[in-house]
Amino acid sequence: MIHFENVGLRYGMGPEILRDMTFDIPKRSFQFLTGPSGAGKTTLLRLLFMSLHPTRGIIHMFGRDLSQIPRPELPMLRRRVGIVFQDFRLLDHLTTYENVALPLRVRGKEESSYRNDVIELLKWVGLGERINVLPAVLSGGEKQRAAIARALMDQPEILLADEPTGNVDPPMARRLLNLFLELNRLGTAVVIATHDLALMDQVDARRMILTEGRLDIYE
Amino acid sequence: MNELSRPKATKSARSQKPASEQQAQPSGQKQTRRVEMRVRPTAPILPPSNIQGNALMVVIAIMAFLACLTLGAVSMVRATASSWQSQISREITIQIKPDDGLDMDAALKKARDLALTFVGTREGTIMDESATARLLEPWLGTGLNLADLPVPRLVIVTIDEQNPPDFAGMRDLLKTEIPQAFLDDHRTWVDRLVSMAHTTVLIGMGVLVLVFTAMILTVIFATRGALSGNRHIVEVLHFVGAESTFVAGEFQKHFLKISIKGSAAGGALAAAMFALANMWQANSLATPESDQASALFGSFTIGMGGYLGIFATMIVIALLTTLTARFTVMRTIDEIDLIRSDPARSDGLSAS
Repeated sequence: MIHFENVGLRYGMGPEILRDMTFDIPKRSFQFLTGPSGAGKTTLLRLLFMSLHPTRGIIHMFGRDLSQIPRPELPMLRRRVGIVFQDFRLLDHLTTYENVALPLRVRGKEESSYRNDVIELLKWVGLGERINVLPAVLSGGEKQRAAIARALMDQPEILLADEPTGNVDPPMARRLLNLFLELNRLGTAVVIATHDLALMDQVDARRMILTEGRLDIYE
Repeated sequence: MNELSRPKATKSARSQKPASEQQAQPSGQKQTRRVEMRVRPTAPILPPSNIQGNALMVVIAIMAFLACLTLGAVSMVRATASSWQSQISREITIQIKPDDGLDMDAALKKARDLALTFVGTREGTIMDESATARLLEPWLGTGLNLADLPVPRLVIVTIDEQNPPDFAGMRDLLKTEIPQAFLDDHRTWVDRLVSMAHTTVLIGMGVLVLVFTAMILTVIFATRGALSGNRHIVEVLHFVGAESTFVAGEFQKHFLKISIKGSAAGGALAAAMFALANMWQANSLATPESDQASALFGSFTIGMGGYLGIFATMIVIALLTTLTARFTVMRTIDEIDLIRSDPARSDGLSAS
């Protein structure tokens, strides 16, 4: 589904943040992306989200060479990828329902056509009682689940999560992990960037370890 | 994008909650849940109002007011100039200078008859001695004996404005038949008035162009400010796969609302001002102030055409604002996208 070949990236004239990245992310796979702070996890996620172009190397996304895709087509391709951030990035003036429905709204769909799906998904992530609530009154775990629901709303083929458990307590982290596993069981590939060893130890999954810009993969 | 290749399993499986979430749901309370299923009307993606938006609305209102005022003033001056022009060009004057051996009365009649032979003339009036004396009264006083003075006499000929006579032919014929006659078709005055009206219109257009330019620049700055103030929203829209046209559309809607409110307020204020001036003029007829104002500006009535012009200006301002916001957003988002995606131009702050 995603293939990186000798990908390298440097910001400006600085040193290479990522070096010689060669790896695949297969369909329906589950993996952790880990490494110390500043190792380039977020940068690699941005590359996976097509939000950043590599300085060198080739990236194939869904069978297409990224360098050959015109910029106006990228949003269409990004819609096949869901992304979750540590800081949630929910819009404060929109309710949980409106935040989660945002991906469908930007696709120009009528509200009546997706209302039930959004409510169903919110129930699925355990926010069925918090539909009309603004993010300011949600707890950290609830915000994270709303962010995950938003990323899942349009049924992406791959979900990228950047430190999804960074702002929640261990029981909530466990519940979120179960949510990701459930999602993976339903067919979505999942990449979780984390440096929470305890979280990784709970699942026997592929580990991609970034150290000083180099990637080691443990199947 | 190949829709068929995308997983469809999620939706059907969602009807079952993940095991981890089963306990999180409170049991029962069906009534409460049914109430909560109702969602509020969808809020706009951009927050509806903020200080910047209000300030921009006031600026647009002022610009609309100035534009409508300029438009109204130009239409008023044009109407006044055209009424003067029409009054002057409705008549021509034949002036006959006294000369030795000239029978003035016969010459006056001959001049009138000659003029009336031309197509486009309606009637000719010879200004008799008493009328001529009245014309000269302010300078020469009463009790004037015209026979003692070499005072020219006048024939006033009214003409069909839509189908005026051949002035050059009339002038030549009069010169041949009565060498002392001189035809004044008031062309010099009419030309001056026309050129004054044109100059006024040009000045008005210049002011309108300046007002619109200032407004466009203000909207560009405001849009860039709004984009930078709502950068987090633009980023979220980017991450949920929004195209730049969608983001531009959201900002466009936001600015359309602001500009419609602003231009409506400015236009209404200008229309109210003209209406008030008109009422004041109507209520103070024959007072020195009103006479002076009428002499200078004519009537303050701008008529239905003027009010329609104000409405059209409001629409133009709203459209200009919206289009400016759209193009500015599209351009700025493309810039943001380019910088965001180019590691050579990124500062790497967002990387970890």
